[in-house]
Amino acid sequence: MTTTTADITRIVAVRRAAATRRQGVAAGLILALLAAFAMALYLGDYPVAAQGIIQSLLSPLTGLADRGVDFIVLQVRLPRAVLAILAGASFALAGIIFQTLLRNPLASPDIIGIAHGASASAVFCIIILGWSGLAVSLGAFAGAVLTALTIYLLAWRNGVTAFRVVLIGIGMAAMLAAVISYLFTRARLNEVQQAMAWLVGSLNAARPADSIVLGGAMLVLVPLMIALLRGLDAMELGDDTARALGAKVETTRLGLMLVAVGFAAFATAAVGPVGFVAFVSGPLARSLLKGAGRGFLQAALVGALVMLVSDLVAQHLLPTVQLPVGVVTGACGALFLLWLLMASGRSGRVN
Amino acid sequence: MTRLMAEAINIRTHKAVRLTIGLLVLGAALLAITMLSLTTGARAIPPEHVWAALTAFDPSSTEHRIVLDLRLPRTIVGLMVGAALGLSGAVLQGATRNPLADPTILGINAGASLAVVLGVGLMGVSQLSIYVWLAFAGAGVAMLVVYAVASLGREGATPIKLALAGAAITAVLHSIINAILLTSPRTLDEVRFWQVGSLSGRTIDIAIQVAPFMVLGMVLALATARLLDGLSMGDDVARALGQRIGLSRGMAGLAAVILAGASTAAAGPIAFVGLTVPHVARAITGPGYRWILPYSMLMAPILLLGADVLGRIIAPPGEVQVGIVTAFLGAPFFIALVRRRKLAAL
Repeated sequence: MTTTTADITRIVAVRRAAATRRQGVAAGLILALLAAFAMALYLGDYPVAAQGIIQSLLSPLTGLADRGVDFIVLQVRLPRAVLAILAGASFALAGIIFQTLLRNPLASPDIIGIAHGASASAVFCIIILGWSGLAVSLGAFAGAVLTALTIYLLAWRNGVTAFRVVLIGIGMAAMLAAVISYLFTRARLNEVQQAMAWLVGSLNAARPADSIVLGGAMLVLVPLMIALLRGLDAMELGDDTARALGAKVETTRLGLMLVAVGFAAFATAAVGPVGFVAFVSGPLARSLLKGAGRGFLQAALVGALVMLVSDLVAQHLLPTVQLPVGVVTGACGALFLLWLLMASGRSGRVN
Repeated sequence: MTRLMAEAINIRTHKAVRLTIGLLVLGAALLAITMLSLTTGARAIPPEHVWAALTAFDPSSTEHRIVLDLRLPRTIVGLMVGAALGLSGAVLQGATRNPLADPTILGINAGASLAVVLGVGLMGVSQLSIYVWLAFAGAGVAMLVVYAVASLGREGATPIKLALAGAAITAVLHSIINAILLTSPRTLDEVRFWQVGSLSGRTIDIAIQVAPFMVLGMVLALATARLLDGLSMGDDVARALGQRIGLSRGMAGLAAVILAGASTAAAGPIAFVGLTVPHVARAITGPGYRWILPYSMLMAPILLLGADVLGRIIAPPGEVQVGIVTAFLGAPFFIALVRRRKLAAL
């Protein structure tokens, strides 16, 4: 087979089109995210003019302070919006890493047991130990990491196959869900309510410290992920081929799984196991890309967008009640996905 | 050539004999566990008394009353629910060709839960016998919506679209359930006990209510075995062999929703059984739904009734709900199996 100039021209053209598509999708998502971010700072019970918000945001530089407005913007709305973006992106990255590694769109951390680990641990902390606040977050974090390690160890047998990880994850998920149900039937109603509120996931208690912890974790995890992703191209050809090409299959897979667990665990500790963001972001990003790339960046943007928009809806949908964001992510994410499924008839395939 | 063919036939008959013996063993185990379920409980009743209660019922005997009014209905419901869960899981995994497919993922359980939550929250329903119809209606509607959404578009209900649509609908339904449970403590209090999945307190009325659906679903499910074998070769091959893909999936889906809906109605949402039992069955039988379906149908009630019996004796004087015990009994076994054998991918 000879490669003619015409072939090369065609390949270059296809690659260029793919790159354009990737950039276009990312740019569109960033614009949407910026718009949602502006809305998150602008909307609220206490009306602040756009000018006042900009002045507040710049106040650390300009020194122009208006204590009341600064408090609302810098201490209430900004931390909440930032945490929504960080947590959404983290969930999305955790989801798409697992979905890619395990080659199954259903294999997001909320299905293969990691979210269950965090939840069971948190419910135990709330109902049995009587903890609240930060202690519960720490408990959830430990639960997620411990569950992930257990799944990996149990799945280890001369290496780890994706299929074993998924099935063992499901076994663990069933046991942990049973723990939660059991604790629910044995506790007093007010404890169950408290645990239930945590399980749904909420941004109502967002503090700047949460964003700093999660942001710090992401600063470490994102570069690690980018470095590890290089090995993934070879792995998509199958483990044996990848090994023959010199890729360190086990190291790459273990590394990526640890990174994904890190994303899921830190995000869950910050906002609770907000459902569906991890699951929906990857398939959505990929369908927007239509095969023009793996879509990790785009998935992170989709996750952030879903989370931020969901939180806006949760805050302002009902005039008297502030819903927890986890009630809305399911609905928002699902509407996105349904629209996508319907549209896929015209454009081709999902995922 | 003839020798090779003879050998091939020999191997096939050998396998059929082995698997038939396996089925008989499972049947015997199921009988034994049924007997155990009738004899054990807060008050142990010897087998001969159970037999007497069944054949020569004496209304004045407390033991006879316990057997006939409490344990027999509970055991019958357990047998039906177990068989239904095992079959529906196997059929769904075959129809969607996804090893993770089960009634939970396709929205069936979420639909049932939402209907019950709405019934309790808005209409103040508190009777188990009304839960049955609510759960059944909810499961049916949810599955119809999932299937309709997945069928939109040119290529119809592909496995991946079914799975994604199911997950999406489940998420929406859970959002609504969570919103109701968070705002209505009374509903949460009522539903948390149903949500676990339990066989306790099931009367013979409930068994009679769901029995027709169970039978219909089982017949339909067992009839899809050949269609599922066709689908397992991939849509293109199946189509080339003259199979009507959409019709096959529709029939399998219908069987699964009837079975899963009826079992959720009778015992509450019980996860895990429908998902994992078919994998265990497949590890024993190899591919081929002609064997996977009956194996799943016999193994699942063994797990469910066994778990129920265990739940009655581990925490006296109370009992642990069957949904909790199945997970704790089944999951370690399942994990060990996944580790030991190479379970087949679909």
